[in-house]
Amino acid sequence: MTTTATTPPRPRAAIAERTLRTDRWWLAPLLTFLGLAGFLVYATVRIFVNDNYWVEEFHYLAPFYSPCLSESCAPGSSHFLGQPFPQLPSWMSPAMLVLALPGGFRATCYYYRKSYYRSFWLSPPACAVPDGHKKYTGETRFPLLIQNVHRYFFYAAVLVGLVLTYDAVISFHGKEGGFGIGLGSLILVVNAVLIWGYTLGCHSCRNIVGGRLTHFSKHPIRYWMWTQVGKLNKRHQLFAWLSMFSVVIADAYVWMVASGAINDLRIFN
Amino acid sequence: MTDKDITRLSYDVVVIGAGGAGLRAAIEARLAGKKTAIISKSLFGKAHTVMAEGGAAAAMGNANSNDNWMVHYKDTIRGGKFLNHYRMAELHAKEAPERIWELETYGALFDRTKDGKISQRNFGGHEYPRLAHVGDRTGLELIRTLQQKIVSLQQEDFAESGDYEARLAVFAETTITELMLTDGKVAGAFGYRREDGQFLLFEAPAVVLATGGVGKSFKVTSNSWEYTGDGHALAMRAGANLVNMEFLQFHPTGMVWPPSVKGILVTESVRGDGGVLRNSEGRRFMFDYIPEVFKAQYATTEEEGDRWYTDPDNNKRPPELLPRDEVARAINSEVKAGRGSPHGGVFLDVSTRMKPEVIIKRLPSMHHQFKELADVDITKEPMEVGPTCHYVMGGVEVDPDSTQSAVPGLFAAGEVAGGMHGSNRLGGNSLSDLLVFGKRAGEYAALYVDQTAERPAVAQSDVDAAMAKALTPLVEDAEGGENPYTVQHELQQVMNDLVGIIRRADELEEALVKIAEFKKRLASVRVGGGRKYNPGWHLAIDLHNMVVVSEAIAKAALERTESRGGHTRDDHGKMDPNWRKINLICSVQGDGVSLRRQPVPTMPIELLGLFDRSELAKYLTEDELAAFDESTKDGEKE
Amino acid sequence: MTTRHFRVWRGDDQGGALTDYDVEVNEGEVVLDIVHRLQATQAPDLAVRWNCKAGKCGSCSAEINGKPGLLCMTRMNTFGPDETVTVTPVRTFPVMRDLVTDVSFNYEKAREIPAFAPPADLKPGEYRMQQVDVERSQEFRKCIECFLCQNTCHVIRDHEENKAAFAGPRFFIRAAELDMHPLDARDDRKEFAQEEQGLGFCNITKCCTEVCPEHIKITDNAIIPMKERVVDRKYDPLTWLGRKIFRRDQLESQK
Ligand SMILES: Cc1cc2nc3c(=O)[nH]c(=O)nc-3n(C[C@H](O)[C@H](O)[C@H](O)COP(=O)(O)OP(=O)(O)OC[C@H]3O[C@@H](n4cnc5c(N)ncnc54)[C@H](O)[C@@H]3O)c2cc1C
Ligand code: SF4
Ligand code: SF4
Ligand code: FES
Ligand code: FES
Repeated sequence: MTTTATTPPRPRAAIAERTLRTDRWWLAPLLTFLGLAGFLVYATVRIFVNDNYWVEEFHYLAPFYSPCLSESCAPGSSHFLGQPFPQLPSWMSPAMLVLALPGGFRATCYYYRKSYYRSFWLSPPACAVPDGHKKYTGETRFPLLIQNVHRYFFYAAVLVGLVLTYDAVISFHGKEGGFGIGLGSLILVVNAVLIWGYTLGCHSCRNIVGGRLTHFSKHPIRYWMWTQVGKLNKRHQLFAWLSMFSVVIADAYVWMVASGAINDLRIFN
Repeated sequence: MTDKDITRLSYDVVVIGAGGAGLRAAIEARLAGKKTAIISKSLFGKAHTVMAEGGAAAAMGNANSNDNWMVHYKDTIRGGKFLNHYRMAELHAKEAPERIWELETYGALFDRTKDGKISQRNFGGHEYPRLAHVGDRTGLELIRTLQQKIVSLQQEDFAESGDYEARLAVFAETTITELMLTDGKVAGAFGYRREDGQFLLFEAPAVVLATGGVGKSFKVTSNSWEYTGDGHALAMRAGANLVNMEFLQFHPTGMVWPPSVKGILVTESVRGDGGVLRNSEGRRFMFDYIPEVFKAQYATTEEEGDRWYTDPDNNKRPPELLPRDEVARAINSEVKAGRGSPHGGVFLDVSTRMKPEVIIKRLPSMHHQFKELADVDITKEPMEVGPTCHYVMGGVEVDPDSTQSAVPGLFAAGEVAGGMHGSNRLGGNSLSDLLVFGKRAGEYAALYVDQTAERPAVAQSDVDAAMAKALTPLVEDAEGGENPYTVQHELQQVMNDLVGIIRRADELEEALVKIAEFKKRLASVRVGGGRKYNPGWHLAIDLHNMVVVSEAIAKAALERTESRGGHTRDDHGKMDPNWRKINLICSVQGDGVSLRRQPVPTMPIELLGLFDRSELAKYLTEDELAAFDESTKDGEKE
Repeated sequence: MTTRHFRVWRGDDQGGALTDYDVEVNEGEVVLDIVHRLQATQAPDLAVRWNCKAGKCGSCSAEINGKPGLLCMTRMNTFGPDETVTVTPVRTFPVMRDLVTDVSFNYEKAREIPAFAPPADLKPGEYRMQQVDVERSQEFRKCIECFLCQNTCHVIRDHEENKAAFAGPRFFIRAAELDMHPLDARDDRKEFAQEEQGLGFCNITKCCTEVCPEHIKITDNAIIPMKERVVDRKYDPLTWLGRKIFRRDQLESQK
């Protein structure tokens, strides 16, 4: 094939149909679109609510508002990180201060990129289905070049993971003080576990712990870590969705308990 | 026909074939500074070699340090039932390790041993684990590595001259239909480009044939459309000789179901790694088929055979690992005796012998192949297998050191060359054969060019004749003519039924009558469509080669009245020491194949002395044995 | 045995159309068997590429009901009993005739990647590599060069103009293979992938992985790691800091 090809670009097969796929290829991007859009709607509403994110009684902090870093935070909701930010203007909620970190992490995540490039951008909507654009330069230039900052967000996400773990731990708080367990504590624990499953399965993480090495045999511990991270990484898409649902569920649960719409189901104290 | 119809190109060395042998030859010719062309019927990197699974045999001694070239040599000769050209087998055994190691410098990544060397696996007929491999896709690794080495040489040329193809060009999807000779010497090669039917003339003093085998003439085969015996036919028509054409290897384990994949290979590694053969009664029948000559080397009980996988130094290997001809015949007999599997094969089972993870790790492409093509999960159920036409031992008779044929300037290496494997090839010996003799072919072709003062010119009349012949199937025919696919199917059926794994004089005679009819029919084969990528036309041209090669096979098979290796005669069931001394040589005379006998080159005493006398006694005639005793006595006196 | 309805694209660079055929289908057959039957019975000049018929050579790439795949590995029983089967050539490369396309794009891109650079201090036979160190590259060397990934990648499938700047997934795995090769002597493979091969065009939408018949995890194991390795060199704050504090080889692959 190296010599026999004739030079100028030659025509492709003239096939009239834009795609000949007969399966329901549009279903997956549609579901993704609905899922992601639903999340965005919830998140937008939630950060403007600016209330009902802290249940003093059981020490439940809603994940969207964690950590709560401003002097306008509900009493008791700020923890070891303190309140480095002053009182916020009334249209702003403390959630907005920290939203950028988990939000940026997910927005630049390799999996989420795939899912929104396909379902929002239609670039491409499904394999062997034409993408919806005249020109395409991918991530070669601004603004999409910025996706490469995912590494920074990963480091931040580890901190966020720690904070959510802390939130889960303090949620084991009884009504009368001391130890207690409620459905809320369990939800916060599950959420933290899923968040870690998602965070540690990150491709940047996989690269950092060992992927960048050439000789695994010389670094047995890092090789082991790389293998473990690899197992999570294989299920990264699953954890991305599970942890997204769990954040929403955890947040909504705290919201409802805090607003008194429901009562926390207490298991112990 | 005008000169415009043809593109003329000039090279020092033209290599026909882009499999392992061809690519290795081209690398060597280019390294020797020759302007080299590689020609291939299919795309670059798709030649048959890509399908090889098990591995490449080379006595590197990585897995068992007792291994060395002499053991490998003995295994090869034993496997070929002492009919091999001793010198080829010697060169092969000695040079194979270097050729494999060299591949690592081109970027190959073989599976490794614990200490980081190339891992080696067991295979039928090899005394020690000897096959360098990559899972079960060794051929892919080999061809890709050579392909990438070629690219790297092209990159060097590009850096120097700005032209990737300054000294090494690949002509993919180009078929050579005729060799051009002048005064009995090679002057070039004529062919067409599949894409547009354009004719090409390569003018070159040296041509290396590396076109592979002939299996497409059989109905049940592991071979692809490419294996129409082009190289064999080109060589004969150019005046070279073929040797050992009666010896065809029927691989014991081809798929038998579904019908559309019948013949597709199930690698021998399945057995090398622990797979066992059973009949419908669940019996490991191979224990019943250990021939006298191999009794000493094989286990006689299942227990011993099973122990061998973990402790090969103190146990004998199971008979599933006998040379291929033995296993193929055994399967054939079991099926004939009514103990076959539902689809006419026998059972090959790994599922009860290895853990699923191990199977998937060691035999990934077999797992994949059975799952996708037959809906069989080999980690859970046995496979059904039966013999399939796989490899031709016979081929162009060459000088072992230079690989040159009887025609000056015509070299041959790889499956298309004959002699190296005698009457039966051991698994894994082909890939190493390609490298060893591919390199030699390139080297000596380059040397030949250096020694050729004047480049022979191609006669226009030869070109015109080749062109006319190629165009015949496209000429309008009032009667419509024969459909090439029909002729091909019929030929395949005849070869399968009458010249197959078990042969008889009357059937071979019948086959020759049929082949004579095919020959007549060839003239009237016609195809519609034009010259642009027209498979019907391509087949019509290839058919000529298939028929002439089939004739050579059938003639030689009829002549040899004994059973040996890849040639089994129902009516002459025994191996005959007198026939061991005889090679059958085919050449073209007029429009037919003529056959003559020729003595097998005598193995020098240093090599013969590597064997035990008791083993030699099984193969040699009384006179030869007496001579052997005489010479070893002399040796002791000195 | 049943008779099935097939549509096969027939034509060449001058144009063409889907042609209807009714053809016999038997148990256990794959689409390539049907194409061969068409050749033998109805259309002797129907152009198709194939070699191994077992998914090993990567010759028979085409699109079946719009999905890129190997003709020899697409079983007929994956279709509904009355489903029409439509077979077309791959779209991304120029058509030669019928199902055969000109894939020279791929061979040209292959030539542009610097070859394996052998270590200067090792002779043949002296190479020592551990299995765990070669395994990642071995995955990529399973590639049978069917070029289905190249065909499906929207970067060039839908944007012909990107062909010059974009090497495609097949050659990203080649870059990764060499970068992860334990003995390759070159150190600039990541930069090459980014700057010369157009790694940045890839938006990791994973169609290459979806169609790869060898199930190579092209995106997860090659493209993303290569993107990450570029980030290692170019943008990562901790690597920069780490390099100041720790031994360099803990962070960077040593060559
Ligand atoms: C399924 C399978 C598995 C195998 N497994 C093993 C194994 O594990 N170990 C082992 O040692 N051996 C194995 N073999 C055997 C081995 O692979 C072949 O014998 C070997 O690859 C032949 O190589 P070659 O270089 O001679 O020819 P090939 O690789 O067959 O190449 C022939 C070349 O010649 C070209 N050609 C042919 N005719 C023409 C023409 N007229 N004009 C132009 N070009 C032409 C073809 O296009 C092709 O490029 C296996 C074979 C098969 C089929
Ligand atoms: S993941 Fe990247 S390379 Fe693969 S198909 Fe998508 S855009 Fe192309
Ligand atoms: S990576 Fe997979 S899809 Fe791409 S060419 Fe190789 S085998 Fe084909
Ligand atoms: S979080 Fe998804 S890749 Fe990093
Ligand atoms: S014919 Fe080889 S992959 Fe299909």
